[in-house]
Amino acid sequence: MALTQEQLAAKMEELKAFIEENKNVDGPLMPIMQKAQESFGYLSIEVMTMIADALDIPVSKIYGVATFYAQFSLTPKGDNIIQVCTGTACYVKGAQAVLDKVIEELGIHSGETTADGKFTIQDTRCLGCCGLAPVMTINEDVYGRMVPGQVKGILDKYRAL
Amino acid sequence: MKTIAELYARCEAMQPKMAVRRGLAQIEKDGYRRHVLICAGTGCTSSSSLKIAAALEENLKAQGLENDVKIVKTGCFGLCAVGPIMIVYPEGTFYSQVAVEDVAEIVETHLKNDKIVTRLVYSDEHTPKVEGQSVALSDTTFYKRQHRVALRNCGFIDPECIDEYIAMDGYKALAKVLTSMTPDDVIKVVLDSGLRGRGGGGFPTGMKWSFAKKSVSEKKYVVCNADEGDPGAFMDRSVLEGDPHAVIEAMAIAGFAIGADEGYVYVRAEYPIAVRRLKLAIEQARAEGLLGKNILGTGFNFDMQVRLGAGAFVCGEETALLTSIEGNRGEPKPRPPFPAVKGLFDKPTIINNVETYANIAQIINNGAEWFASMGKDKSKGTKVFALSGRIQHTGLVEIPMGTPLREIVYGVGGGVPNGKAFKAAQMGGPSGGCIPASLIDTNIDYDSLAAIGAMIGSGGLVVMDEDNCMVDIAKFFLEFTVDESCGKCTPCRVGIRKMLDILTRITEGNGEEGDIEKLEELAYMIKTNSLCGLGQTAPNPVLSTIRYFRDEYEAHIREKRCPAGACKKLSNFYILTDKCIGCGLCAKNCPVGAIERLPKEDFPDKKLAPFTIDTSKCIKCGVCLGNCKFKAIIKK
Repeated sequence: MALTQEQLAAKMEELKAFIEENKNVDGPLMPIMQKAQESFGYLSIEVMTMIADALDIPVSKIYGVATFYAQFSLTPKGDNIIQVCTGTACYVKGAQAVLDKVIEELGIHSGETTADGKFTIQDTRCLGCCGLAPVMTINEDVYGRMVPGQVKGILDKYRAL
Repeated sequence: MKTIAELYARCEAMQPKMAVRRGLAQIEKDGYRRHVLICAGTGCTSSSSLKIAAALEENLKAQGLENDVKIVKTGCFGLCAVGPIMIVYPEGTFYSQVAVEDVAEIVETHLKNDKIVTRLVYSDEHTPKVEGQSVALSDTTFYKRQHRVALRNCGFIDPECIDEYIAMDGYKALAKVLTSMTPDDVIKVVLDSGLRGRGGGGFPTGMKWSFAKKSVSEKKYVVCNADEGDPGAFMDRSVLEGDPHAVIEAMAIAGFAIGADEGYVYVRAEYPIAVRRLKLAIEQARAEGLLGKNILGTGFNFDMQVRLGAGAFVCGEETALLTSIEGNRGEPKPRPPFPAVKGLFDKPTIINNVETYANIAQIINNGAEWFASMGKDKSKGTKVFALSGRIQHTGLVEIPMGTPLREIVYGVGGGVPNGKAFKAAQMGGPSGGCIPASLIDTNIDYDSLAAIGAMIGSGGLVVMDEDNCMVDIAKFFLEFTVDESCGKCTPCRVGIRKMLDILTRITEGNGEEGDIEKLEELAYMIKTNSLCGLGQTAPNPVLSTIRYFRDEYEAHIREKRCPAGACKKLSNFYILTDKCIGCGLCAKNCPVGAIERLPKEDFPDKKLAPFTIDTSKCIKCGVCLGNCKFKAIIKK
């Protein structure tokens, strides 16, 4: 879902206020970038430039931090975020086959977003609910003890939304 | 709370409110006759335990029992495999795999009419179901062999209620330290207890503290490493979700010991419940005067804050973690200088793991000898393990150090499901190694494991059975470390990639004679030349699988065969004609039409002719195998 100009401006103001509030704490960069990632869903060049100016550091430094951590994204994500856990516990119980099926169904690879902006597949290692292995999550919904045969049916629910 | 007397009075006042939970059948002062505990840890929440709690609340209201029964949302009980879990006190009845639909019956039958819902009572082969009788959590084989120190409050108290922590003697250790001990006394107790770092390094905690104390500086820091990154490990998350105050209290004690007034907890952003509870606990402690200025009127100042990780495994390495808090790419730095000399913002810093901290208050309260009486030789106390993979009782267990692996797998863990054979246990995640079935009697302690090329690590214990290919597992871990290598030093960045290339080639049937030797040579180079712990340990899963499963590597390379049938390119799906009943479900679901019915005349005895898979068309997706109810499809 794209934001309107007004929403975008309001979020920018909100971020500015957050920066003002936090720029004097020790090591302020990560919390500020996390806030930006959370409110915009990704870090655009405009947002990164704004943070750089406010903290008086080069944009290249922010770009460096953004590309280092998996949590930060430089491109917008899809409406539905799919995570297939490939932590060890899920892996030994067949998570790879589940992930392969999701990739096949959507025609995109891990880390990519479908052309219609509906789905993003995100890499993930261990969601911490190993008792339900193998686990897939879509947004906040958790699907445990998955087998590849269930993938299509589950995706269809979100396609219909 | 401004004084220690107030803390003790609060603890005293809480006792009658915990009586029902301690198994005493009575009506509490505030009217509750029963406590219903529901696991609200990540595992059970994923299987809708919060919906169950909501349904319970609704049903209790409808029955007019809301003042009779108290709902307590706790942290992890440990037995995640049978979640969502519910325990009813004072009886201690342990209900497992509860569904939202079961709630009305529990309320009606048990909470209103005092009869056990036998159908939902936990049972296993050692704990048979007896009509009308309840089974207590502590009576199950899973729990009996455990010894809970770090997890003692997990699954017993409400982690969002500081008073329940205080009721369990919480913050008394901090009070004791502040009023009757010197920093050197504290360090001595921790040293004498023999506590070693639970995050994987195993460095003596007391020694770390004494180094930081000796460093002269007007500012020092206490840091908690909660960036639990090993896949398949969830010990730290469970402690933070189930007993966050234990970590806060310990960090304050550490601050007193080394002379620091500020703490940071660096926790994974992927653990939202843990983050929320920890932040809440810090606020509560602050409001109660247990953090902040002049704690308990003693003049001691200590406060702390939470910092979130951003999804980089290498930040579990201490120097990388500190760099990340400072707001940089989480790249490690060479040591020395060690953090105890020059750490966060260049100041002396101690950095300990969550589980290490969770032991501290207990050690102060019960003494060094008490802690040292548990465990073996140079591995004292207990260790929490996250048991997962091909094991009956997936979950969180805490056992004395030195317990044999067999006891954990077959005793606590209930063995391997589906009649499969135990093949190996992988410990220590991407830095660790595996313990093969032939060494299942190895004691689980720092030194015994080091001797066989494995390690305790942070506590992930993933069980593999005969269907897991060890070459594939080694490749899995290297894919992980290649992904997570920060790229700063060449041996790790390039070397692990080269090893992964070789492993990929082997698992795809293109392995060459000499590949094993090449892997070993690269491993040696990477281990000795990498900058930080990630690179230095990354080859371990490969070395350990070569050591114990060399024949599997050779089968892949020489015979182009995967003995476990796990490597896709080296295995095929087959239908066992004698087991196939000809239902056709597999053929219907095959995405490429590779499954066809055999001619009926060849099978005169069968009602319907069986199917067969054309291996040249098969894409090995495994859908048929998952769908077949008659176990007629095999992979080999």
